[in-house]
Amino acid sequence: MSLSREEVIHIAKLARLELSDNEIERYQQQLSSILEYADRLKELNTSQIPPTSSVLPARSRFRDDVPVESLPTDKLLKNAPQSEKDQFKVPPALEGPQ
Amino acid sequence: MNRLTDLTVTEAMHALNAGECSSLELTRAILERIDALEPSVLAFLTRTPELALQQAQTADEKRKELKRNGSAIPRLLGLPIAVKDVLTVEGIRCTCGSKILENFVPVHTATCVHKLQEAGVVILGKTNTDEFAMGSSTENSAYFTTRNPWDLERVPGGSSGGSAAAVAARFTPAALGTDTGGSVRQPASFCGVTGIKPTYGRVSRYGLIAYGSSLDSAGVLTRTVEDAALIFEVMAGYDPRDATTMDVPVPQIQLDSRTDLRGLRIGVPKEYFIKGIQPEVEQTVRAAIARFAEMGAEIKEVCLPHTEYALPVYYLIAPAEASANLARYDGIRFGLRVPTESNIEMFKKSRGAGFGSEVKRRIMLGTYALSAGYYDAYYGQAQKVRTLIKQDFEKVFESVDMIAAPIAPTTAFKRGVHTEDPLAMYLEDVFTLPANLAGVPGLAFCCGFDSQNMPVGMQLMGPHFKEDALFKAGHAYQQVTDWHRKSPTL
Repeated sequence: MSLSREEVIHIAKLARLELSDNEIERYQQQLSSILEYADRLKELNTSQIPPTSSVLPARSRFRDDVPVESLPTDKLLKNAPQSEKDQFKVPPALEGPQ
Repeated sequence: MNRLTDLTVTEAMHALNAGECSSLELTRAILERIDALEPSVLAFLTRTPELALQQAQTADEKRKELKRNGSAIPRLLGLPIAVKDVLTVEGIRCTCGSKILENFVPVHTATCVHKLQEAGVVILGKTNTDEFAMGSSTENSAYFTTRNPWDLERVPGGSSGGSAAAVAARFTPAALGTDTGGSVRQPASFCGVTGIKPTYGRVSRYGLIAYGSSLDSAGVLTRTVEDAALIFEVMAGYDPRDATTMDVPVPQIQLDSRTDLRGLRIGVPKEYFIKGIQPEVEQTVRAAIARFAEMGAEIKEVCLPHTEYALPVYYLIAPAEASANLARYDGIRFGLRVPTESNIEMFKKSRGAGFGSEVKRRIMLGTYALSAGYYDAYYGQAQKVRTLIKQDFEKVFESVDMIAAPIAPTTAFKRGVHTEDPLAMYLEDVFTLPANLAGVPGLAFCCGFDSQNMPVGMQLMGPHFKEDALFKAGHAYQQVTDWHRKSPTL
């Protein structure tokens, strides 16, 4: 499996990662060789095999609906790069007429 | 009594309980040793000496008071420990070895750490790790590479390399680690210490900053099996804050000086003795298995036929889970933010600047494996082959009680030898990944040294929730050998 430069740029876009030209080139080679190695999984016939997403029997667990204290807002905001009036402050998400 | 810094967990608790030393004396001795030798080992990302001394003093006062009242003394009261920097401790910076969390101060404490605090531990600091636990050498730490105390030119293994080096260097009797693909066992092997990777779901992941959520498990590194069992017992158990923890009783592990292993059936998988394994590693592990036979264990060759597929399965599933888990680093609520005009640009630039190259590589790989058109061929197929790997273990455990195997194909390698070739680095994990994919517990301990005087480790893997059987066998081995008593010269 060989990845094209465009594919690498597309994956980086999906992953919201800004990559330098150098990184794009390096990842193109490295991801291609890793995926080539992973291609050996295709040797196995798994048509009758169920997938494993968790090794233990997954089951829903219920608990009583008891109100408890949440983590304090002021402490949580201390890690925020920017905040204002008890809220996280971010650049505009939508562009439009001012 | 031994030099204070040489005390194991069990010996330290004995000394504290017998009044032979105070926690303050023990903690001071340890901090002095760290001060003197940390510049050559580089085990810690964050040290908390003032806090440790304060906690030690509090522990000593508490001990006096409890004694006066005739109350029970908590099991680990006054014991200094170190914590891998992917487990949160409220108020202590937690970087995960990443620049993206350089200034992150958690507001919560990981459940496993909290349980140890309830039992009375003193926290010395946070140990170095490959960035977000992605690596096998600590060379992927954004800060520095930890040195192997047995040879400072070599890596300590990873990703819990800081914890392993700290235990080997006598900077702490115990250090917490995490194991997603071998990150407790492989550094334990490289540094000649003991480490337990518990069954998946045995120890809460609350406060373990996520890498691969279906694989991550928190464990501990110590110098002896006895110590690992003691700390494990305190850390383990159901936690309402982690829905994947199982409501299975934690056994009280009774270890004694019995070294008779008659009735124990140990399987040796032929797939773990492959071409490419360092001959001395194979010889040393085989000699240790022969030692188990001398103690009465029945040794059987077993077959785990899908072992060779564990590596590609892991390097699709773990990056896929990582790409989802690490989406939270977006520059909004915590972590690095590169100022920009728009939101999308902020995500891209903050993540591009904050993550190191291995983390980006795995995010890219995982995003690809999950993307439209490739999901079935990569992620879906990996999940199915994971089932086959899990079934291999289930089948083998019908005829044996545990499996004995090497941990890594080589002893600790020199810094820089694998940094240009990620696939070669991934191959270091070939013997540890299957346990994570199957969710089974693994106990790592030292079983000898190679001709360069570097430690060789071996692992025992058992069925889900059978850690106690592993501890009993490992403890029996340490009763008749003294590899675990050897210490590096620093």
